[in-house]
Amino acid sequence: MAEFKLPANSIVKQNGKHFAAPEGATNTRRFKVYRYDPDSGENPRVDSFDVDVDNCGPMILDAIIKIKSEMDSTLTFRRSCREGICGSCAMNIGGTNGLACTTAIADIEGDITIYPLPHQPIIKDLVSDLTNFYAQYASIEPWLKSDTPAPPDRERLQSPEDREKIDGAYECILCACCSTSCPSYWWNPDRYLGPAALLASYRWLVDSRDDSTGERLDDLEDPFKLYRCHTIMNCAQVCPKGLNPAKAIAETKKMLVKRRL
Amino acid sequence: MSNFRTPLSNVKGLGSAKEGTSHFWSQRLTAIALIPMVIWLAFSVASLPNMDYLAIREWLSQPFNAIVMILFIIAGFYHARLGLQVVIEDYVGSHGPRTAAIIAVTFIAAALGVTGVFSVLRIAFAG
Repeated sequence: MAEFKLPANSIVKQNGKHFAAPEGATNTRRFKVYRYDPDSGENPRVDSFDVDVDNCGPMILDAIIKIKSEMDSTLTFRRSCREGICGSCAMNIGGTNGLACTTAIADIEGDITIYPLPHQPIIKDLVSDLTNFYAQYASIEPWLKSDTPAPPDRERLQSPEDREKIDGAYECILCACCSTSCPSYWWNPDRYLGPAALLASYRWLVDSRDDSTGERLDDLEDPFKLYRCHTIMNCAQVCPKGLNPAKAIAETKKMLVKRRL
Repeated sequence: MSNFRTPLSNVKGLGSAKEGTSHFWSQRLTAIALIPMVIWLAFSVASLPNMDYLAIREWLSQPFNAIVMILFIIAGFYHARLGLQVVIEDYVGSHGPRTAAIIAVTFIAAALGVTGVFSVLRIAFAG
């Protein structure tokens, strides 16, 4: 069955450690951060950190790095580019998936809850195990597949109009915000490919240089791989790059109908 | 239990069922068909002089009403069965209970639908 209750050893204790702001701080924000240490054998807990935001950068990631540097060095998270292009710092911020580096502290009201991406196995603190997510991306064979050899003296040509068709599909950074926000993906993560992999698949379905569109559609035509999407639209709402995987999935369904009518 | 299959092997699983589009298409076709029939049913029932047994029988024994009612019952139960299958596939995670639930829904929808069609025919022909 779909899991509506957490297993006993995954229930989050709300009253974790509290870290007060340094003395003299006048403008503080409280960050409630999910903590889980697999080595301790204890349940996950929520620690609260009062961060002096006057001496902190404007973004959520700035505050998390400040917490790790100055308050609790054991806090574990992924981050790299700090400018919304690597997708490493995807997490659940104030109840919504997003990138910590492109979400402003000022845009969240009240206490700021920081959880890992929902419904994924947790490795430690804010680091979730995305093995299945990456395998799903690999399974759609995200590369150009053509039986026609490339011309020996130049690249494969594409008209500007055909190039425009992949706008809104190629920009995905695989941060997993969309797939882990999708209820259909929560209930069937083993069989539903999820919005990220399906958007990536659509990027190759509409690429004029790719001539395996039919085989790609064959592989997607499945009650679980594709048709678990019920246009809930969480994916489009949370995408930090402003993409719309739900629309790409709907277009894929239209292609499947079109080839039989 | 240790699982030594690769993540990619787990994701690929048994491969594509090459099915799902006919379900998707049928669900939308029956939805389109049900829109005018629901409006027709609502207006027809509302415009009856009274709602007693004889009035309903008289109304349902008219050929046009009986035909549309049968179409409504077939489309309605087929649509319900398709929709319930989606709900079951979403929320029943393990294979055995899921298959059993889909079979049960199919049988129940067929039994209720045929009962409905038979009832309309009996009123239409037996008067």
